[in-house]
Amino acid sequence: MAQSNAALESIPALLARNAAMFGDKAAYREKEYGIWQRWNWGEVAGEVEALALGFLNLGIHEGDFVAIIGRNRPYFYWAMAAAQSVGAIPVPMYQEQNAEEMAYVLGHCGARFVVVEDQEQVDKVIDVQDELHQFEHMIYIDPRGLRKYDHRRMHQFSHIQEQGRAARDEFLPELKARIERLNLDSICVMLYTSGTTGKPKGVVLSNRNIITTAQNSCEFDNLGPGEDVLAYLPMAWVGDFIFSIGQAYWTGFCVNCPESPETMMTDLREIGPTYYFAPPRFFEGQLTSVMIRMEDSGRFKKWLFDKFMGVARKYGSDILAGKSVGLKGRISYALGNLFIYAPLKNTLGLSRVRVGYTAGEAIGPELFEFYRSLGINLKQLYGQTEATVYITQQPDNDVRSDTVGVPSPGVEVAIRDNGEVYYRSPGVFVEYYNNPDSTADTKDAEGWVATGDAGYFEKDTGQLRIIDRAKDVGKMADGGMFAPKFVENKLKFFPDILEVVVFGAGRDMCTAFVNIDLTAVGSWAERNNVAYASYQELAGHPEVYSTIAEHLEEVNKSVAQDEMLSGCQISRFLILHKELDADDGELTRTRKVRRKIIGEKYSDLIDALYSGKSEIYTETEVTYEDGRKGSITATLEIRDVPVVPVNQKVAAE
Amino acid sequence: MNEMTENSTVGYMTDDGRQIGGTMMEMKNITLRFGGVVAIEDISFDIHEGEIRAIIGPNGAGKSSMLNVISGFYNPQEGEVWFHGSKRPAMRPYQVAQQGVARTFQNIALFKGMSTLDNIMTGRLTKMDVGMIGQAMWWGKAAKEEAEHRERVEEIIDFLEIQAIRKTPVGRLPYGMQKRVELGRALAAEPKLLLLDEPMAGMNVEEKEDMSRFILDVNDEFGTTIALIEHDMGVVMDISDRVVVMDYGKKIGDGTPAEVLANQDVIDAYLGVSND
Repeated sequence: MAQSNAALESIPALLARNAAMFGDKAAYREKEYGIWQRWNWGEVAGEVEALALGFLNLGIHEGDFVAIIGRNRPYFYWAMAAAQSVGAIPVPMYQEQNAEEMAYVLGHCGARFVVVEDQEQVDKVIDVQDELHQFEHMIYIDPRGLRKYDHRRMHQFSHIQEQGRAARDEFLPELKARIERLNLDSICVMLYTSGTTGKPKGVVLSNRNIITTAQNSCEFDNLGPGEDVLAYLPMAWVGDFIFSIGQAYWTGFCVNCPESPETMMTDLREIGPTYYFAPPRFFEGQLTSVMIRMEDSGRFKKWLFDKFMGVARKYGSDILAGKSVGLKGRISYALGNLFIYAPLKNTLGLSRVRVGYTAGEAIGPELFEFYRSLGINLKQLYGQTEATVYITQQPDNDVRSDTVGVPSPGVEVAIRDNGEVYYRSPGVFVEYYNNPDSTADTKDAEGWVATGDAGYFEKDTGQLRIIDRAKDVGKMADGGMFAPKFVENKLKFFPDILEVVVFGAGRDMCTAFVNIDLTAVGSWAERNNVAYASYQELAGHPEVYSTIAEHLEEVNKSVAQDEMLSGCQISRFLILHKELDADDGELTRTRKVRRKIIGEKYSDLIDALYSGKSEIYTETEVTYEDGRKGSITATLEIRDVPVVPVNQKVAAE
Repeated sequence: MNEMTENSTVGYMTDDGRQIGGTMMEMKNITLRFGGVVAIEDISFDIHEGEIRAIIGPNGAGKSSMLNVISGFYNPQEGEVWFHGSKRPAMRPYQVAQQGVARTFQNIALFKGMSTLDNIMTGRLTKMDVGMIGQAMWWGKAAKEEAEHRERVEEIIDFLEIQAIRKTPVGRLPYGMQKRVELGRALAAEPKLLLLDEPMAGMNVEEKEDMSRFILDVNDEFGTTIALIEHDMGVVMDISDRVVVMDYGKKIGDGTPAEVLANQDVIDAYLGVSND
């Protein structure tokens, strides 16, 4: 964009620029009362100013923290900009948090002001307000049900704005002075990490972090003021902040807020965003619902769908990537687009997507290809809160499902000896709030930050591949790299495999425990008249074993192609007689495998896998949902899987 | 006919500090018979402006009959219904509705094939001026009027948080949601008095909590007077200001939830003596 960057050192400065440059252009839309309500940049500037003046009227100081709790609504985005305007720091929080979690974050940052949506959040804050010494004022948007509440410390959003407007003459000079004092080093926002390990940490991001990152990422994908995004991911997540505030303010594009979380799919269709982000599980859910509906549709439609999806698989990705495709392929694809792809994309709300991203976890290659082949420019990025999102991302013409792209503009990425990925960029966070020890642990003196993930750059493409959490990566007996999750993820893309645990650190071969997916395998059993009485019986069925063995063989072939990880092919496996369960401590509550506990609990099975036995008798303790314990016994079959011989030279490298 | 009622009270203050107005409706010595069966026998009670008034009692106590008397569906053989200070003559239900009384039904009575939106829109019927032909032409005044009504309906949809099912045919909705739509349709009539016949029957705990909140919010937000029949004693005691207790067609208790709970006749009817 052709503009002077000198004065654009804060979000309020960008807002003023947008109000001047695109005053009449839509800045926010929110569906309410069944209609898309619209605010242009000029109106937004007015709303934000009124709220900022209202904050001043309430006596907000520079450096105060303003907690924001609610679903994606324009009012909250304005509240963030208004807080910044008066020199305060917005702290968006997860609305699903329970009162104690909320109390921790509110207490940790010492928020003086809390902006919430409705009675539900008001009640939660009231529950914990006695523990919070700094808390002073709560501002709510929806007054419903709150009439009888004690209003000494509670205010309605619109009333604060009215008071602000009324006191404009009095406070405007102060507001202007405060905005003037903001620069690239001022704190822009504080975001709490979700805290899967220990207490949440407050990641402090400066205006420099946000604005430079927004600028770089917008240039990378050529994002302009004409984009439409749908803001539906939690506001406490850094991604939403960078998309809906950073990039939106930088380019002046429009942020659309759904009517309610339940109407998100309808709203997505109506808006048809041009720039879109969703986690893999979202795309997976969409694809599943499409497939189920196609199974239920008429025979002709089903035939047409299958035929043209075949065409799409063959040519779609290449056409999207701008590679040369023959005339026949192009004509077939154009026909497919007319009959299937375009209507399907329209149904999915993805017709206008020019740039789409997915991140957060591994995405299945077939899933990824499905969307790509429809002509949706879905790409992957790799990032974290501490990096202001972007570490690596995929350029338009170089997209694959198994890599996460090249370093984003301005980001340096290095792989240290243990395989861990480090980065340094203008987006690197300032600090963890009130936590110098953690800050020092994560960020070194030169500004390099450890991601905790292990990965490597592919030699020929320069793209980063993330293979596993760094702490899980080990070495095999022959010195080859061992990355269990890399193999497990490949296996978990098969619908009949629910969970896999791969062993092999310090051993001469890799082995695996497999959990079948009862829904998928059960439905297979039903279709093929296979009778079974229990999970255990189905899991031990010879045909199930054979199917899983085929999957493993297929994955081995694909693992063998990987020059660094070809040693991780699975030689032997067994299907577990019970599902791994969080109640038994085998999984975390978010369904992540706890390797150490599984390794200890099933040490007899692991020994058997490495001993050459063909079956093993075992007894396992289980915890029922009510907390009682029992045990189950089983004799498990152990099977060998063919392994693709690997070129010795590569393996030894 | 239009003589002023002699005992129009001035209202009272609730425990949570809400000011309840004077008498809105008064039932005087109502007796309702179906042939030889006496469904309601000589019952009197009043409903004040702005309060949540519950009618409870075991099965067959005559609660729904009472509600049907209020809504004008049944005309009692004896007794008088006074509404806003005047005695109400025998009326048809639509006439009662035009006076600002709306209701929901124990067994949901929605148009199953129509969307949530259209169902709630039917609640606006008593407010529409344009006739059938005008609406069919849908031009000029009819279109303008529909937009106005639609706006009001959208506010109700927002209020009841049913945006996601706006266009869904009601027959496809789960039971709890249908109950909510029915409440929406009743609200669309902008009633002064809202009659709810077992609004929480067959609901799970979460749905009951939601419905309780909506009832309280309707009362708080729109100032609507509410008379409800409910079996779930916990719910009744939580949300209502005053409770009438019926048993075998007779009134056996009347007062605040605490008073009613302490009433020996009520305890007998519910716990002490088997009614089955």
